[in-house]
Amino acid sequence: MIWGLVALAGAYALAVSRLGRRGIDWPAGRSLAWYSGVATAAAAGLGNHHDFRTHMSAHLLLGMAAPILLVLARPMTLLLRALPVRPARRVAGVLRSPATSVLTHPVTAAVLDAGGLWLLYTTDLHAQAMARPWLHTLVPVHMLLAGCLLTAAIIGRDPAPHRPGPRTRGLVFLAFIAAHGILAKYLYGHPPVGVPAPDAEAGAQIMYYGGDLLHLVVIVFFFQRVFADRTCRVPPGKLTVSPP
Amino acid sequence: MKDNVLSGALLGLGIATTVDEVVFHQLLHWHHFYDRSTPAVGLVSDGILHAASFFAAVASLFLLSSLRRRRAFQARPWWGALLAAAGAFQLYDGTVQHKLMQLHQIRYGVDLTAYDWAWNIVAVLLIVAGAVLLARSRRVVAA
Repeated sequence: MIWGLVALAGAYALAVSRLGRRGIDWPAGRSLAWYSGVATAAAAGLGNHHDFRTHMSAHLLLGMAAPILLVLARPMTLLLRALPVRPARRVAGVLRSPATSVLTHPVTAAVLDAGGLWLLYTTDLHAQAMARPWLHTLVPVHMLLAGCLLTAAIIGRDPAPHRPGPRTRGLVFLAFIAAHGILAKYLYGHPPVGVPAPDAEAGAQIMYYGGDLLHLVVIVFFFQRVFADRTCRVPPGKLTVSPP
Repeated sequence: MKDNVLSGALLGLGIATTVDEVVFHQLLHWHHFYDRSTPAVGLVSDGILHAASFFAAVASLFLLSSLRRRRAFQARPWWGALLAAAGAFQLYDGTVQHKLMQLHQIRYGVDLTAYDWAWNIVAVLLIVAGAVLLARSRRVVAA
């Protein structure tokens, strides 16, 4: 996991420096967002994950905090600009493909993310993950990837030819927040296998209130975009070209 | 006018649920985070409402700023809608969520009658105050 994160940071730095050599400036804020996102995901690996409270804090960092930062860094835009023309076209072709449109649809992303969480905490998957090293790596990787997919589907700044309108995205995210909150409350009363009740109660509240805070951030970015598009829209008939 | 009412109502819903959360859950610890007796339907409805209130509050503030930018903000319908929506939520919370769905109670270990009445009377007062403001603003528009 940690090597994957180091590679992500390195690839971004390489791409930015390639743009720089061609004399193109890449906003420093986006780079900052990317490295902070990678650092946040790495920080999730610290601490003793057999303690459910630590595990839950890490879940929030990996599943939502890091994805918000990573998505705001517009990695796809950077990739398309940094690659030479031919590979860039190939990447753009993959982005336009029907498979990508299904995978990046908000509903798919939300089901992957929320569904993964429900499986993790309501079956004995959590206990299994604590016991087996390969699962112990796979679970956080899934959490990070599903979180990125969902965040990109809702507030992504990268060009996405298939992205549905704000109504669909808003409703899907609303359903996701509800599913997240319901799961947190459920965990409070029904601790996952192998987790002592007081730990589950504390962890459930971290999940609920911490989740709220991060979801709030996503909603603010979401509406910021919706209202910006609304203000920019040119009323019909107003678009005229003034004579030179 | 329509956007004013919408913005006020959305914020009213957002504020009512936030006050509920902060004052009764966090500060007073009267409500319980999760009653083990909560039935599934109550849990689901609470989750959806909670998510919606978040969305509502943020959407309302963006709508408010866009109203002000367009110089279309009207205080009376906005406040009217805010109070009425906050009251409507409180009434729903006090009757359907606390009583019908038994999501959780206002307080534990005390006689609830006075608490329930006070809760719902405050709700009705808010709705009446909001309705009066809304009716007045409609008259102003009509005149």
